[in-house]
Amino acid sequence: MSSGTLVTREPRGSSVPSRAPKIAWRLATVVDVVTETPRARTLVLDVPDWPGHRAGQHVDVRLTADDGYQAQRSFSIASAPEDVRIALTVQRLDDGEVSPHLTDVLRAGDRLELRGPIGGYFVWEAALGGPLLLVAGGSGIVPLMAMLRHRATALVAASMQARHGVPARLLYSARRWDDVFYRRELARLAEDDETLEVALTLTHEVPAGWTGFRRLIDRMMLAEVAWPPAERPHVFVCGPTPLVEAVAAALVELGHDPELVKTERFGPTGGSA
Amino acid sequence: MKGDDMRASDERAADERADETLRLDGNAAAGILSEVFVPDLTTARATCANCGTIRAMGALLVYAHGMGTVIRCPACGAVVLRIARTRTHLWLDPTGASLVVMAGAPASSVT
Repeated sequence: MSSGTLVTREPRGSSVPSRAPKIAWRLATVVDVVTETPRARTLVLDVPDWPGHRAGQHVDVRLTADDGYQAQRSFSIASAPEDVRIALTVQRLDDGEVSPHLTDVLRAGDRLELRGPIGGYFVWEAALGGPLLLVAGGSGIVPLMAMLRHRATALVAASMQARHGVPARLLYSARRWDDVFYRRELARLAEDDETLEVALTLTHEVPAGWTGFRRLIDRMMLAEVAWPPAERPHVFVCGPTPLVEAVAAALVELGHDPELVKTERFGPTGGSA
Repeated sequence: MKGDDMRASDERAADERADETLRLDGNAAAGILSEVFVPDLTTARATCANCGTIRAMGALLVYAHGMGTVIRCPACGAVVLRIARTRTHLWLDPTGASLVVMAGAPASSVT
């Protein structure tokens, strides 16, 4: 492999269009439950016959109560396509029907019904190229983290020139420092890779000595962080519906091509209940 | 007939737009669409029967309610697809889409 090429391990799900099998419900086994923040957990799952996924896709999870009542919610896959196990990061909504069970009750060894991977629209892989602009509000960081993890793996053996061909920037809005998912991993990724920049904005409370942004994402912040529209970055925006719509509108106002701005609205609360 | 449908649709639109923050993207309907269509529909390009706008399904607006899912054109707000589920059936009203173009599903060949 010459020094100028990207190393992209073909995800098992392959990006070649094909007659895809109907997405079936499967029984996954919980391997680990990792605490991300006081209210968020990452579930690491073994899924039998998992066909592989693309960064940005999600799964549907279904819970069945003893009386047969079923509740179903969607969760973005946090893990890179290159990982053997899939990871879902779930934020607990106190009055939620599904999330409290996933964050507080599930233990290693428990089973979970899920189907996927779902959604071929909100996906990115290194072969699509950059620049890559990711904008996250709250738990909207989850599918974007899958993209960053995939990017890190794909570029691990790449030359500096190849890395500079796929530069990435993340703008991540959270209420407080304690609500930021994957804090250490993001810091490490940015530290190890000069072609990745991570900007945080905290909207409710900042720790002492904070030098990052401290307000809701607005047009001025986007103009500062984003590439000029002429660079035609691939943009992915994910989080609560109001944030996603405001950010997408602002990017289009700044001149970005709407066809390059992909959105994944999580709904009013920004998390699955 | 079409005028009546559109007026009824407008009334429903008023109700649904009251809950604008519940608006989601086409991806949110991908799960239920996978029960109806074999190829991934989120990358399919749909033509709005009302205004002619062509967008990827993933870029359409999804309003999901307990009984079903309504998919609207982001340009004119008209309903493109309506999916509802009862205990025994899945209902699909595709009349809001004049065309849906899906990539890559090769015809099965017999050689």
